[in-house]
Amino acid sequence: MAVSKFEVPELKGYTVIPLVRMDAAAGIKSFPANAPIQEAIGFPGELPENWQEIAIAKMGELLGKYRSLQVFMDACVHCGACTDKCHYYIGTADPKNMPVARQDLMRRVYRRYFTFAGKYFPQLVGAKDLTRDVLDEWYQYYYQCSECRRCSVYCPYGIDTAEITMAGREILDSVGLGQKYTNEILGKVHRIGNNLGLPGPALMDTLSGLEEDVEADTGVAVKFPIDVKGAEVLLITPSADFFSEPHVESLIGYAKVFHAAGISWTLSSMASEAGNFGMFIGSYDQLKKVALRIRQAALELGVKRIVVGECGHAWRVAYSFWNTLIGVGAGGQDEYARMLQKQLDSNYPQPAHICEVTYDLLQRGAIRVDKEANDHRIITFHDSCNVARGSGMGGIPGGQFIIPREIIKSVANHFYDMAPETIREGTYCCGGGGGLLTDDLMELRVKGAQPRMDALQAVVENHGVNFMATICAICKAQFTKVVPYYGFEMGMIGGVHQLVSSAIILDPNK
Amino acid sequence: MSSLTIFYAILFYLATVVLVGGVAFKIYVYSRTPSPLRIPTMPAPMTQSGMVARMAREVVLFQSLFKSNKWIWIFGWMFHFGLLLVLLRHLRYFTQPVWSWVVLIQPFGRYAAFAMLAGLLGLWARRFLVDRVRYISTPSDHLMLALLVAIGASGSAMSFLVHTDIISLKAFMLGLMTFDWQPLPADPLLLIHLALVALLMIIFPVSKLLHAPGVFFSPTRNQIDDSREARHVAPWAAQLDK
Ligand code: SF4
Ligand code: SF4
Repeated sequence: MAVSKFEVPELKGYTVIPLVRMDAAAGIKSFPANAPIQEAIGFPGELPENWQEIAIAKMGELLGKYRSLQVFMDACVHCGACTDKCHYYIGTADPKNMPVARQDLMRRVYRRYFTFAGKYFPQLVGAKDLTRDVLDEWYQYYYQCSECRRCSVYCPYGIDTAEITMAGREILDSVGLGQKYTNEILGKVHRIGNNLGLPGPALMDTLSGLEEDVEADTGVAVKFPIDVKGAEVLLITPSADFFSEPHVESLIGYAKVFHAAGISWTLSSMASEAGNFGMFIGSYDQLKKVALRIRQAALELGVKRIVVGECGHAWRVAYSFWNTLIGVGAGGQDEYARMLQKQLDSNYPQPAHICEVTYDLLQRGAIRVDKEANDHRIITFHDSCNVARGSGMGGIPGGQFIIPREIIKSVANHFYDMAPETIREGTYCCGGGGGLLTDDLMELRVKGAQPRMDALQAVVENHGVNFMATICAICKAQFTKVVPYYGFEMGMIGGVHQLVSSAIILDPNK
Repeated sequence: MSSLTIFYAILFYLATVVLVGGVAFKIYVYSRTPSPLRIPTMPAPMTQSGMVARMAREVVLFQSLFKSNKWIWIFGWMFHFGLLLVLLRHLRYFTQPVWSWVVLIQPFGRYAAFAMLAGLLGLWARRFLVDRVRYISTPSDHLMLALLVAIGASGSAMSFLVHTDIISLKAFMLGLMTFDWQPLPADPLLLIHLALVALLMIIFPVSKLLHAPGVFFSPTRNQIDDSREARHVAPWAAQLDK
């Protein structure tokens, strides 16, 4: 199936909420996974005969395991407050992309099989049998949600559609209906150690190439160490940082920061991936399995600190889930957690974001910068959804908004924020998160980026912005691909540590 | 004892049992279900007291709704706080002597019914006028509004237009509470009002009205931002550490 031609929305410089257009995104569907991909990560390869029974049972299981799902299924009053909050609704006008309608795809089935009203008065409460059509609709629209949680900010009961999307995907996987992109990547991470399927030797090659480049560029021998036992810091970064543009510029930035501050650090070939697509498919089991590689690497290398590179969902997983999943953090009373927590240095937050590290060094004057080096750039900052609404930084509420901005302002002279309703906790997703960063969803990705593009357009016009910094590998990949559709240069997308990299002063004698 | 009195007495006992039992059961289910991962919508409070304050802002001021949509917020707030005052005012039919603060709010409580009705009609209008809200509205959404409007309208009619025998009504209510049944005045408006209230009580635990207990259990609102400082392993997930 070729990707059909579609119309690119016209930018206005502000968000316009469209009128409902039935089935406007009905033609957009990501490729399903084939049997080997599914089976490799423990899901059935195809739809079993008794799929309906399995799916309902799975739903019952999840309702008992996740309070979020149970409460969210019951609590929605159909007030409509969330209906205009999703970038995919704004971009496609398909009413099933309104958060509440996306939830209702599951809520109807929940009512039918799990509530009194739906069992006896299905029409009245809009309850529906789980038919093959309904299942297909789930696949379609649960893979049109980037799990960005914007809707949860605005719902009076905090209903987080991402939780429902995750449950939907988990149920789909349990009956053999997985998504090719996400599940293939999960297979790779187990087999090879990272999402890109980059084997250890290739990785080492890339890193020594980087060392040469940086030395040629700066005259300073900045190292990119890997698998170094006894290093202080283990850096866990998205594998895109190793060879994608502009990601690699940020990797160079991290290396320069560690070099300048004199912190010994290492990457790990076994855990060469910060991303954890287990979250995207809502599978606790996969989440934990993928994260376990990091626990293992940290124990084997004997590091004192774990630092995470620029990656949005990875930082959510690290900040919010790692302690619970694999014991990277503090406060663990059990044997399992203590084993790692004893080893890690409790003077630092565990895990730490690279921005927390850099900000702290800047604050203490432990690294120096030449701000003028970024004078050709007029910068804005895109808050990545998972960082903004799923994590924190610096141990202060809202630190995830403050710290990256403060870093940018310390290393550059020209910074302008986008419209207030499009940043911080109200930020719009880039349009490619949550397992949607695949070419078969190009139309959705372009349309879903519209609200962000509108906000960008405004600062480009008003302030001449020519650089949009983000701290997420998916945002970077998505934007570089999508901004040209809207007439922007792909080179205007980059990382916060790319800016740090330009400005940091390296001592040639160190 | 008229059969009418007996019918309404039994109806109210039944409605109370369903309401209390149903909501208690739901609360039991919510509290029994674990939250295996921390998912507060960030930025979230870092202390227990901060969380209580956040929840209070949600429940009292509808903070998130305010950020979201000023129309729904104003209508929703008018309805809910109108309803609260009206309910508190109704305590006068269940207490003897009437508590002094209930006496104090009596005049406000009577007019609050109008705020409540105006809010309901505003919310209802959105179900017709806003295409997105029209799309998501189900028959039960409309019926729920109709029910609440009918309760409010029949109640206000008794309060402002055709007064009912409030002394006997109070005797009936107090009688219900002490299991010493007294005759219920056979005033049609009153009978409608009471029947609809009983209906509302009965459907409460099987409808979206569960948002009332639900909001307190919403993990995105009642969790603390402390996941780097504490592990939160659900019992079913603890098996996986082995
Ligand atoms: S989580 Fe994000 S993508 Fe999903 S429905 Fe909510 S706003 Fe839309
Ligand atoms: S804002 Fe919340 S309660 Fe209102 S329709 Fe959306 S999900 Fe339902």
